[in-house]
Amino acid sequence: MSGDTENGAQRVAMEARDRVRFEEEALALSDQVYRVARRLVSTREEAEDLVQETYARAFRSWRSFTPGTNLRAWLLRILTNLNIDRGRRKQRAPDEQPLEEGDYFLYNRLEQSTRDGNLDEERVVERLSQDDIVGALSAVPHDFRDVVVLVDLGDFTYQDAAQILDIPIGTVMSRLHRGRRILKRELADRATGEA
Amino acid sequence: MPGYQIDPCEKCEEAMQGYLDRVLSDAEVAEAEAHLAGCSSCAKRYRFEESLRQFVRKCCEEEMPPELKAKLASLRTPL
Repeated sequence: MSGDTENGAQRVAMEARDRVRFEEEALALSDQVYRVARRLVSTREEAEDLVQETYARAFRSWRSFTPGTNLRAWLLRILTNLNIDRGRRKQRAPDEQPLEEGDYFLYNRLEQSTRDGNLDEERVVERLSQDDIVGALSAVPHDFRDVVVLVDLGDFTYQDAAQILDIPIGTVMSRLHRGRRILKRELADRATGEA
Repeated sequence: MPGYQIDPCEKCEEAMQGYLDRVLSDAEVAEAEAHLAGCSSCAKRYRFEESLRQFVRKCCEEEMPPELKAKLASLRTPL
């Protein structure tokens, strides 16, 4: 009987140790989680609430995380689900109309608006301000922005983004391409004063 | 068929995102690079895209408020 008690105590101690490790690893990722959250929602307050709620839920359900898998993606999956639960409904049929603008669109517009038509392609981004970028990104519809934020700002692979958002990888790719093009169109309007 | 050929610059434009994301096949990469080597107009647009991506990332960096960090730590299960 005392052996059973000892085993039980050992189990409890091991579990506590695993939990502490999980919590530490999750907290070490909080800056990265916050950075993604901040661009998924409009305000800083919303981002803070969302991150807090995500960590509260993650700490409660830590046992469902499989050690050795991608913890950052696991946390972001909780976060994006919470974000959708909070009333941000998935768009049933995000706009899939073909866009007229291709991937060279922004550069072409900047070139047209330059007097001598001669752009230094590596410095031309300096004509855009941080406000232009942040404003343009928030103008991208949610379903496209989620993917752009996860891949371009969060450094997630297409596969991770597909798992986080629970959508097929082909959808990730098409939304990413479209989202980036919408972002460039928004930037073009801002940079050339047509917003 | 003459008249039905895709404009090579248009094709290069279509390949850009996949190229920069490193998800193209070796053959597609070789095709894009062959075009880029001889087309300064597309090459400029590729370089611009790269600096744009870096710039977007830089503009979106925002430090987490320290109070939030403290709040998250306080959510831990007490030992």
